[in-house]
Formats: sequence, structure tokens, C-alpha cells
Amino acid sequence: MESIFLFLDENLLLIYLLIFTVILGFELISNVPTILHTPLMSGANAISGVVIIGAILLIRNADPTDYLTLSLGALGVVLGMINVVGGFAVTNRMLKMFNKKKK
Amino acid sequence: MLITTVNISYLLGATAFVIGLRQMSTPATARKGNLLATLGMSIAILATLFLPINGADNNYVWIMGAMTVGGIIGYISAIKIEMTAMPQMVSVFNGLGGACAVVLAYTELFQLAEGGIIASEAQLLILLLTLLIGAVAFTGSMLAYGKLQGLVDDRKVTLPRHNLINMAILALLVVLYIYVYVSGSQPGIIWITALLLLSLLYGLSFVAPIGGADMPVVISLLNAFTGLSAAAAGLIYSNNIMMVGGILVGSAGIILTVVMCKAMNRSLTNVLVGGFGENHKSK
Repeated sequence: MESIFLFLDENLLLIYLLIFTVILGFELISNVPTILHTPLMSGANAISGVVIIGAILLIRNADPTDYLTLSLGALGVVLGMINVVGGFAVTNRMLKMFNKKKK
Repeated sequence: MLITTVNISYLLGATAFVIGLRQMSTPATARKGNLLATLGMSIAILATLFLPINGADNNYVWIMGAMTVGGIIGYISAIKIEMTAMPQMVSVFNGLGGACAVVLAYTELFQLAEGGIIASEAQLLILLLTLLIGAVAFTGSMLAYGKLQGLVDDRKVTLPRHNLINMAILALLVVLYIYVYVSGSQPGIIWITALLLLSLLYGLSFVAPIGGADMPVVISLLNAFTGLSAAAAGLIYSNNIMMVGGILVGSAGIILTVVMCKAMNRSLTNVLVGGFGENHKSK
């Protein structure tokens, strides 16, 4: 019990951030028209590619002779980059089509 | 000085994600919102390259090489894909994001197992969570792609009493996770690998009984999973924009999933549990 209280105390700001971000996410999406469901899903998917930052940090912190970590990190960057670039590009294409239809 | 610039860049990036998502949920500004989110991501990635790390070797050649390869593959596949095949493309991209989280968590856990770094209990727990959620998002998304693309037949991958099998795998996973967690801050590599494989299997088994028409809903849910695994990975690196971006996608993805279900006049449980083809027809 003690350790839980300690954890809460030390990470209070982080917990605030988590809770408010969750509420923010809920609020942002709650009133979205059906036609935007797929593009929004695609856009959110591209944003989830932020995980690539972790892969970049992994490579930056690795020993230059540690080829295993470097290769795994590079694999992570490739995967993350496909998610980010592909995700935003596909979303843009979907929305472009949508704009044309409206006109 | 540099660290402040990086932190402010992260703040700008996170703000761009929030405003971008906001604009993306209104038809008139949707495209602008996507561009803004793209800008936010570019700022975040650029800032990460310049983030000062004491005694780091940087290995910029590896990063640049990998970013170029990934960027080209992603861009070409996004441009070449048929308009009608977009949902499955999103699923593939989402799966690769999950795979990225898996690679990260596995590498960090591998280093722990080798005795490189001693992790705190909280760190170990978060790494295990990243591995689990990322792995389920990865294989789940890939199967969703296979189903939408017509490569996988719904009936052929669904076993009798599939929900029971799913529960069994999940229970086994939970037990294994608790075992690895309790066994201390230097987990054995065999156990971690077993966890990884079982999590990957669960992703497949989770999506298997869900019917083709319900796939977009599942992709949205798996997308939320990828967001959550990105957020968990962000905790490991104490990286604010990973946490904010990940949780934003996690919560927005879950709400979007619920909204999509409502638009189809179904409940989420209905989609996830009663996914057999026959059940739909009888209604």
C-alpha cells in the first residue's frame, strides 16, 4: 500500500496528464459524422506512429558495435516510418476524394 | 538551450496532434487537420533527432537509412493503393506501428535479460504491457487485412467454441505475464519469447471469429491498441509526445470504435463476441 501511495505522489503530474488527455481524446471525437469515420481512423492511426520516436531513441542510445540492437532499432524505425508516412498519405488521399465529391 | 528547444518542439507537436484531430472530425477542415497532424509529427521526429543525450553514440547513419527506406515504402504503398482497398491499407499500417512497439519492447526486455540494465518493477510492467498490446495490434491488424483483402475466409479461421478458446489463451497470457513480472527485474529470455509468441497468437485468435463486415470497427479498436502501446513505450523513454500522442489515439480510437458500432446499430460486445456468420443471418 505504501509503495502505491509513493508512486502516486511521485507521478502526480503524469497522472493529471493521462486523465486529461483521455478526456480530451473522448471529447474530440464524440460528434463526428459517419462519412469521416474511416479518414479519422486512418489519421489517428498515423498519429499512433509516434512510437517511431522510441525506435529512434533506441538507435541513438545503442553502442555502435552492438549490431543486434542497431538492426532491431532500424527495423523499428522502418516499421514506424511506414506507419507514419503511409498513414498520413492515405488519409490525405481519402480526404482529397471527399473534397472533390462535395464540390 | 537545446533541450528547451526540443521540449517546446514536443509541446508544439502535441498541440498540433490535438488541433489536427479536432479539425479532422469536421468535414470542412478535415484535410487541413491531417496536414497539421503531419506537421506535428515531422516536428516531433526532427526534435527527437536533436534531443541531447549524454554520452550517446547517436548512430545517425542507421537512423537516416531506416527512415529513408520506411518513408519510401510507406509513401509508395499509400499512393499506389486502390481507393477501394484503403481500409485494409490502414490496417496494414496500423499493424506495422504495433510491430514497431513490439520490436522496441522486445529489444529492451532482451537487454534486461542479458543483464545490461536493471529495471525498476514499474518499468518491467510497462515493457510487458507494451509487448502484449503491440503484439495483439500487429497480428490482429494483419489478419484483418487478410480478411478484407479476401485472402482469408472467415469460416476457415474460426474454430468451434472460438470464444472459449480466446478466453483460455487470454487466461494463459495473464498467468504467464504475472509469472514473468513476479520472477523479478531480470526476466529469462525464453519466457519473454514465449510471452511474445502467445501474444501474437492471441491477436490472430481475437480477430478470427469477427465477420468481414465488422472489420472496420475492429481495425479502429486495434488502432486504439497501437496508440496505447505507443503511450506505454513513451513511459519507458519518459517521452512526453509519445505519451500524449499515444493516449490521444487510444482514447479517441476507443470512442471512434463505439461511435462506428452505433452507426451500424450494433453494440461493441455484439461485434466482438457474436461474430459468427450464422448469427448475423439469423437476425
